[in-house]
Amino acid sequence: MSAATLAELPVGSDAIVQAMPTGRSCLTRLREMGIVPGTRVRVTRRAPLGEPIEICVRGSHLSMRNHEAAFIAIRSAVGA
Amino acid sequence: MSTSAPDTPLIAIVGNPNSGKTTLFNLLTGLKQKVANYPGVTVEKKIGECYSQHGKKLRLIDLPGAYSLNARSPDEAVLRDVLLGRRPETPRPDRVVCVIDSANLERNLYMVSQVLELGLPTILVLNMIDVAAQREWHIDAKRLSEELGVPVVQTNAVTGAGLIELKLTLSREDLAAPQWENAALPEGVRAALEHSRDELRQTGAIHTRSSLLEPLYLLSDHDPTHYGIADSQMARIHELRGRMEADFPGWEDALVAERYRRIEELCAKVLKRPDQEIETITTKLDRILLHPVLGFVNLLLVLGLLFFLIFKVAEGPMGWIETGFGALGSWVEGLMSPGDFRDLIVNGVVPGVGGVVIFLPQILILFFFIGIMEDTGYMSRLAFIMDWAMSKVGLNGKSFLPFLSSYACAIPGVMAARTIDSPKDRLITILIAPLASCSARLPVYSLLIGVLFPAGRVSAWVQAGIMLGLYALGTFGAFFFAWVFNKCVMKGSASPMILEMPAYKMPAIRSILLHVWQRARMFLVRAGTIILGISILIWAASTYPKTQGDTSAQQMEHSFAGRAGKFIEPAIAPLGYDWKIGIGLIGSFAAREVFNSTMGVVYAVESEDDDNLAPLRDKLAGERRPGGGLVYTPLVCISLLVFYVFAMQCVSTVAIVRRETGSWKWALFQLGYMTGTAYLLSLLIFQIGSALGF
Repeated sequence: MSAATLAELPVGSDAIVQAMPTGRSCLTRLREMGIVPGTRVRVTRRAPLGEPIEICVRGSHLSMRNHEAAFIAIRSAVGA
Repeated sequence: MSTSAPDTPLIAIVGNPNSGKTTLFNLLTGLKQKVANYPGVTVEKKIGECYSQHGKKLRLIDLPGAYSLNARSPDEAVLRDVLLGRRPETPRPDRVVCVIDSANLERNLYMVSQVLELGLPTILVLNMIDVAAQREWHIDAKRLSEELGVPVVQTNAVTGAGLIELKLTLSREDLAAPQWENAALPEGVRAALEHSRDELRQTGAIHTRSSLLEPLYLLSDHDPTHYGIADSQMARIHELRGRMEADFPGWEDALVAERYRRIEELCAKVLKRPDQEIETITTKLDRILLHPVLGFVNLLLVLGLLFFLIFKVAEGPMGWIETGFGALGSWVEGLMSPGDFRDLIVNGVVPGVGGVVIFLPQILILFFFIGIMEDTGYMSRLAFIMDWAMSKVGLNGKSFLPFLSSYACAIPGVMAARTIDSPKDRLITILIAPLASCSARLPVYSLLIGVLFPAGRVSAWVQAGIMLGLYALGTFGAFFFAWVFNKCVMKGSASPMILEMPAYKMPAIRSILLHVWQRARMFLVRAGTIILGISILIWAASTYPKTQGDTSAQQMEHSFAGRAGKFIEPAIAPLGYDWKIGIGLIGSFAAREVFNSTMGVVYAVESEDDDNLAPLRDKLAGERRPGGGLVYTPLVCISLLVFYVFAMQCVSTVAIVRRETGSWKWALFQLGYMTGTAYLLSLLIFQIGSALGF
């Protein structure tokens, strides 16, 4: 699962946030809502036409579009 | 630093959206609330009074819901500025009550940690403990209180559980400053912030005794409107921010990560939760309500119910209001002696006020319905389902409901746009909302379609098809202009759609009713005064100057309105309209459906029954120009119909847009672009149609 992003994570899968580019206002807000490097995230749902996606992070459910999710690099949660 | 009078302490209630903060505020203060706007911005300022458990009077201020003190919207800027004591008209609160959604403890602690750093005596409220319990989350409130050095109270704002304990805690005089250590700033960042503070002090952007937090939050302000920061200081702040970004790339993001690291440490001590998410009522419901097929079917049912309520159920009360005002008019007519003053009351003031009040049932129903959807958590699901479609024109899922409501009436639609957090999306939604064909256009459509295709000549299906086409045209226009505004007029930062999907919960009906009442009152008082004034103006225009012994049709022709109709005739002749239609158009600026009654007066058609359009329709269909040709040719009818689809002819909406956008600028822009589009399209239709020989 190298170089994958949250936008590609299949529904029902877990992953760990690997990296997020800095200095983007929309990503800063996602960080403030709990998505920071090292956080475990899970995609819980995808809207019928592909977006938005719903994710679960720190017990809260958020939805976002692929555009934002594609900035969030993830790694496998196995063994984490 | 200004603080409120010591005898009635001011207590700020802060929290994330969906934390139940406002429900708690309503529970504490009840009807003892004052709702106003912060000057210059449409952020609601709610101040209320309550008594502590020991009978001490307290003043509470319900600050806007926010995720962070790093402001991203005017709402969040207001929160930051009030808490920092930066707002001249609002004293800095003496204490803070932080309301937390217990089932979202970690995320909620983020802003809590920012608020604790401000050093104000703070009470933590763990709200929605029932939802946390459903998820089998166990929060050690005592330990949390010890770790943070603040009292912690557990509540359920929907049932009122824990309220007495909260009021007891509010009585305490001995609240100490919290123990939470300020976030550790890297040495370089700290030095840079100190430097920025000195610089900003010199410009007067911050006061002399401010802590480092003030420059911190000013430098990390992402609110595109920069609300609360003077323009003269913005340039300096931009410069300092640029320097900061160059010296310490990603410093803001590093602070967020550091904060969450400390929150994780804290949560490890106070929160026990299952490894896997427990099946709750929310996960079960979402499986149905967000199901690709069932979810959509359910959404259609919900919207069907909404339309049924707005169109059908509201019809009864609207009828009563109409009858009531009619009766009031007759009563006054009988009471007063004939004269201009009686005419003003009977034909100006009473119908003017009635024309406003008649919208009240729809507004009440719509806001109650929206309140239920928001409070239960369904609104986020609706936005989730509709986001894809709305994103195609550059809006987001939250624009859907306000726009849809506008098919009933643009006024509640525009008011409902307050639920959209992105200022840009909210403005665009307000600008396009009146393009949805509202119920006031319906009588005009019916009349003109009747003239275009007299009954019997074509089947009812063709008439219905034309009607549907008009609705489709308005909808298409709305999406087109949303797209245009998004691309051209309001370029800049694309607003990301980041939506929280809260747990479902029972609605707090009392709190919703309070909200509905506040909205209704705002509509009646603020919009009502403007609308009343304009109704009187329009009455005067169609009454004066007086002529002797004329019929009402002749009187209309000689009045200012009639003269105005003739005056604008050269402008509307290329659209195919004569001066009589001109009077109708002018009258329509009070409200579109006035077209029918105005035309009734112009053509001196006596009709006792408003619903019976036949006499007027036949009169219009037979009306001839001085040269002998028909006035209402099919082409003129179509041109006129298209004009009504696009033109902004509703004083009430203009008044509400003025109120909701905070300035005449956007209200007039909307008036201009809609009416301009209407004019151009009708002109094209008539000219091209005529050239083709229709």
